Amino acid sequence: MKNGLNDGIIDGIPIFIGYVPIAIAFGILSKNVGISMTDSVLFSVLVFAGASQFIALNLLFLGAGIGEIVLTTLMLNFRHFLMGASLATKITNDLKRWSPLIAFGITDEVFSVASFKKGIITKKYILSLEFLAYIAWVSGTVLGYLAGGILPDMVKSSMGVALYAMFVAILIPEAKKYNKAIILAILSGVTNTLFRYGFSMPQGWSIVISILLVSFLGVIFSNKEEVLKYE
Amino acid sequence: MNSQLLLIFSMMLVTYIPRLLPFIMILEKKLPSRLVKFLQYIPYTALGALIIPGVFSAIPEMPQASILGIGFSFVYAWYRGGIIVSVLGSVLVSFLLLFMKNGFVF
Repeated sequence: MKNGLNDGIIDGIPIFIGYVPIAIAFGILSKNVGISMTDSVLFSVLVFAGASQFIALNLLFLGAGIGEIVLTTLMLNFRHFLMGASLATKITNDLKRWSPLIAFGITDEVFSVASFKKGIITKKYILSLEFLAYIAWVSGTVLGYLAGGILPDMVKSSMGVALYAMFVAILIPEAKKYNKAIILAILSGVTNTLFRYGFSMPQGWSIVISILLVSFLGVIFSNKEEVLKYE
Repeated sequence: MNSQLLLIFSMMLVTYIPRLLPFIMILEKKLPSRLVKFLQYIPYTALGALIIPGVFSAIPEMPQASILGIGFSFVYAWYRGGIIVSVLGSVLVSFLLLFMKNGFVF
């Protein structure tokens, strides 16, 4: 089964719903921190990375230097290297020409949706998925900067669960048909919590270490005959 | 170039490079089967670390609202499947809980 433009747009809708309120929050916060609208929108247009952009604002506000902010961003986004490596094995060679563009749009959410998509990932599918995520992020930023103040706090707060709900909804069907999925996910979540709070490790590193460690354990403890149905 | 633009461009680079590298390194190469397995586990371990522990503080002022909201997504995804309804439903559940606690305050 080939996934095309329509599948990409349908699968992009939950990401869109999740991104708009977060981008609105980014727009509001960047206005409060005192950066110009152009810079705020440039952040979203050029960087396109949620957590890093928030942390950049926070560090700017605290008066941190560029070096510190850039280093933090690199650390926080290193997980996309792992996610990209995983996704690249699923992407066929005819997409190679498009990989610089596809790579730009890799986020936690795009990766999660595309990784578990059954069938062939075409360039139309992945690019339309990414495009929807991208316009949600950029337009949300503009909206937040211009008119964020009119949204009631309760609406903004309740939308904070959207992306987590999406991750859960992606994981559950996998967990139902494949025991190892839920074991790997829970083990990784527990490891992440331990490193984050037990050892006060910065979020970027604790996620990366959890992914590496638990995936590695998974390989060690898997039996040789097991064939993963990855489709 | 002012310092804020310098910051934005530097952040763009350190965000884009980790995203681009694996596509350059991995495409068209035959990988050892254990490495392939390792890479295939990453979606599960990544989802686990993205969900836990962040989900418990998704709504810092009322953790119960986020947990019950996610609970809806869990139950719906388990019995029916589908991401859009799960997401919209969990937002609605969280909103209703916040509403019951706070009343309609702006």
